[in-house]
Amino acid sequence: MTQSELPVLTKKDFESDQDVRWCPGCGDYSILAQTQKTMPTFGVAKEKIVFISGIGCSGRLPYYMNTYGFHTIHGRAATIATGLKAARPDLMVWVITGDGDALSIGGNHLIHAMRRNVDMKMIMFNNRIYGLTKGQASPTSPIGKKTKSTPLGTIETPIIPLNLVAAAEASFIARSVDTHSEHLQEMMQRAGEHSGAAFLEVLQNCNIFNDGAWRDFTDKSVKEDRMLVLKHGEPMIFGAERNKGIRLNGLQPEVVTIGENGITVADLWVHDETDPDATRTQILSRMWWPDFPVPVGVFRRVPRPTHDQLLVEQIEGAKAARAAKGPVDLQKLLASGETWTVE
Amino acid sequence: MTTPDSGAQHGTVTELDRVTIRFAGDSGDGMQLTGSQFTATTALFGNDVSTLPDYPAEIRAPAGSLPGVSGFQISFSSGDIHTPGDRPDVLVAMNPAALKVNLGDLVPGGAIIVNTDAFNDINLRKAGFAEDPLKNQSLQGYNLYEIPMSTMVAGACEGLGLSSKQVELTKNFFALGVMFWLYERSMAGTEKWIAEKFAGKDAIAEANRRALHAGYAFGETTEIFHTHYRVAAAHLPPGTYRNITGNEATALGFVMASKLAERDLFLASYPITPASDILHQLSSYKHLGIKTVQSEDEIAAIGAAVGAAYGGAMGMTTTSGPGMALKAEMLGLAVMVELPLVVVDVQRAGPSTGMPTKTEQGDLLMSMFGRNSDSPIPVIAPATPAECFTMAIEAWRIALHHMTPVVFLSDAFLATGAEPWSIPNVADLPSIKVENAPASDKPGFRPYQRDPETLARPWAVPGTPGLEHRIGGLEKLDELGTVSYDPDNHHRMNLLRAEKVARVARDIPPTEIYGDTTGDLLILGWGSTYGSIRSAVERLQSRGKRVSHAHLRYLNPLPTDLGEMLKNFKHVLMPELNAGQLRMLIRAKYLVDAVGFNLVRGKPFQIGEIEAKAESILGESVEAAK
Repeated sequence: MTQSELPVLTKKDFESDQDVRWCPGCGDYSILAQTQKTMPTFGVAKEKIVFISGIGCSGRLPYYMNTYGFHTIHGRAATIATGLKAARPDLMVWVITGDGDALSIGGNHLIHAMRRNVDMKMIMFNNRIYGLTKGQASPTSPIGKKTKSTPLGTIETPIIPLNLVAAAEASFIARSVDTHSEHLQEMMQRAGEHSGAAFLEVLQNCNIFNDGAWRDFTDKSVKEDRMLVLKHGEPMIFGAERNKGIRLNGLQPEVVTIGENGITVADLWVHDETDPDATRTQILSRMWWPDFPVPVGVFRRVPRPTHDQLLVEQIEGAKAARAAKGPVDLQKLLASGETWTVE
Repeated sequence: MTTPDSGAQHGTVTELDRVTIRFAGDSGDGMQLTGSQFTATTALFGNDVSTLPDYPAEIRAPAGSLPGVSGFQISFSSGDIHTPGDRPDVLVAMNPAALKVNLGDLVPGGAIIVNTDAFNDINLRKAGFAEDPLKNQSLQGYNLYEIPMSTMVAGACEGLGLSSKQVELTKNFFALGVMFWLYERSMAGTEKWIAEKFAGKDAIAEANRRALHAGYAFGETTEIFHTHYRVAAAHLPPGTYRNITGNEATALGFVMASKLAERDLFLASYPITPASDILHQLSSYKHLGIKTVQSEDEIAAIGAAVGAAYGGAMGMTTTSGPGMALKAEMLGLAVMVELPLVVVDVQRAGPSTGMPTKTEQGDLLMSMFGRNSDSPIPVIAPATPAECFTMAIEAWRIALHHMTPVVFLSDAFLATGAEPWSIPNVADLPSIKVENAPASDKPGFRPYQRDPETLARPWAVPGTPGLEHRIGGLEKLDELGTVSYDPDNHHRMNLLRAEKVARVARDIPPTEIYGDTTGDLLILGWGSTYGSIRSAVERLQSRGKRVSHAHLRYLNPLPTDLGEMLKNFKHVLMPELNAGQLRMLIRAKYLVDAVGFNLVRGKPFQIGEIEAKAESILGESVEAAK
């Protein structure tokens, strides 16, 4: 079946028959809904789509998608996706993970999946807490965070996920918020369209164990002033009045007001998703409320051959080189080196 | 030009049935190369051969030190042999440390060939010799041949414009030349190897060639060797042979398995001694369509293999003990999702990092039980280097037909040891093909609906329309495969997983017994102890003892005929290079009072050790009867 012959699918086609079992009010519901809504937009047959997850509340998502799904073990979804995509370049592979799954137990695999540019779309639900195990500190919990496992407050500096994946050479980096449904859909779509390792951080609310973790800047009432929506090729402007901007002074970003002290739009940092140097991606990733508005959108999108493409290229090259010498004869392969015959 | 045929210029020729030589020197002296060159030539000559490389884990321990000694033992014979020999007849020692480390193994009256140039004060001190053993009487019980090898190669390589250091590096070829003369071997194979290896480096190639010839000529023209030796070609069964190590045979076996299953092979692996050579070899087969990934760690390697298997490829991973420990959780996932997978564990001495280059059989119980909860996995083990080929195919046959992960237990001795291999005819090997679950336009696909015969579940590969389904590590509802916490269902699924693996025993070959099916003693072994046990049993039988040998290739499930077999012997002896791991299983399953013989020294059993143990059991038995 060619792409053009594909039946037009809808959100409903991607809903499985399983009851969704996240806590009522969980941010995961929105992420699931946007995922199901986004899938039909790719024009990919649903049997060609695979959702792979690790362990944690996020890990349940594949059960609710009417595609192929594999709920694996803690932290290792990226490894399974790596093998699957290498073996089956024809599949569209999504990885669903969380802040504990991807950054703690699976930290090593995250780094290597990104540097290899495995053609997988990883959505990391970041709620800054271990939810499934009922409320321990995660690698993104802010310093001082009091949890069951850190009754006096955590003494560990949190990881900035996007800074980490930028350092790991991720070719697509984006951030969105669970409740910002249109933006989230757009980010999922753009991640899905990217060829290579896509990392999408979703700021997700765990209303049971870490309610309001992002509320200070994601709440409707304040988000215009406290978040920066990145748009490729456009100056970084934010604020309810659209009069605030980001200026890059050397490697130091600054919040400026347009119209004050002679600042004009021309002075602002113009966002370039395709900037080959990840340094500026990292600067963006480190901007955080209250010093800066929190950026969301596509931080980085650079073309790079994918792991499976390069693997197949090497194999095809080796096959062609070998074919020039005649067909492969396994009998000869077994007899490579010196042989002798006993009559 | 000197040829082996014109070699017998002086002295006498002594006919021997079997000779065991150990080449030993500093790890920088090229002893592994020397040994493998001698092996290749000897195999080509038609002797039966068996080898045991023995090298330090450090790439280059301090020169001249005891830990830096690298050795390579080869036994070759005009008859059928199974082991690299208990004790060498000849020791080639390139420096004092090599002499010190290996002398104790040499047979009384054995020959020692030394490079006297290396016996200087510094090297003697590093080896811990208070005085030069060549100059006192300490080597009196041996035939000592003193050759100034470094001086000889310096002379031979004059005029080539090489540094003295470069020339010194050729002395192993001098030693090889001496050995070729002593045992009437041709230099042609090694000359060809030198020409290929040093193509474009004419001076280096010439230096090595000259060193080889100088060694040969030295043996021929000097009077220090009173005799040279003839070990006639062995009478092996008809066929085309090559020399092969266990790791080579394992890699080729997987290539063949892929061909016989008509399915892509995918290997993900993390480098680890002594398994890495399988990764290297399969990585060089890109032209055969084999995909390999060097993973970021052991867990990632098995994860990628599971992912590939989920995608319908023959996903596999190779490792050794420490890596096996890390793979445990993912193996459990493979058990739960019931995907085919082959995990190769080339066992080495442990626990922990242990002795990475040394052999052991310590991972059997880990392979059997080293996962959370009841988590049955078939475990198989090749007995000889060449047999790794057939057992690698067998691992895949079981994995594919029974939809299960399979552990393939090799070890360092099998992996790096070599023997002649009668190359099978590819056309004669049976298919191991299985089909994917077919596309469906009906709803309600059941991913855990089992084959009534094997209990294997369907392999429903992503990309197949109509089979969209979810699997994972959570317990599955029988047949439907959805998540289930139902108590009875969990119990039933546990039984089904166990029964599925138990049914592997339905299609494994009957256990062969060497010797009578009844008797005083059955020696039961598995893995690389095959050669030592078989040789010991041959000797015991030749003395009229009622001793037989059975060697298990299938460790889980055990062959169904084994229980009856054990009952027909008064005693069962189980030599293992561990503390008695298979014995624990055998005793538990069959309630048989098997006696253990367990040594963990990082090296194979000697034939004589097993023989003596068997004699002691038989002797006690005679005593008791009185």
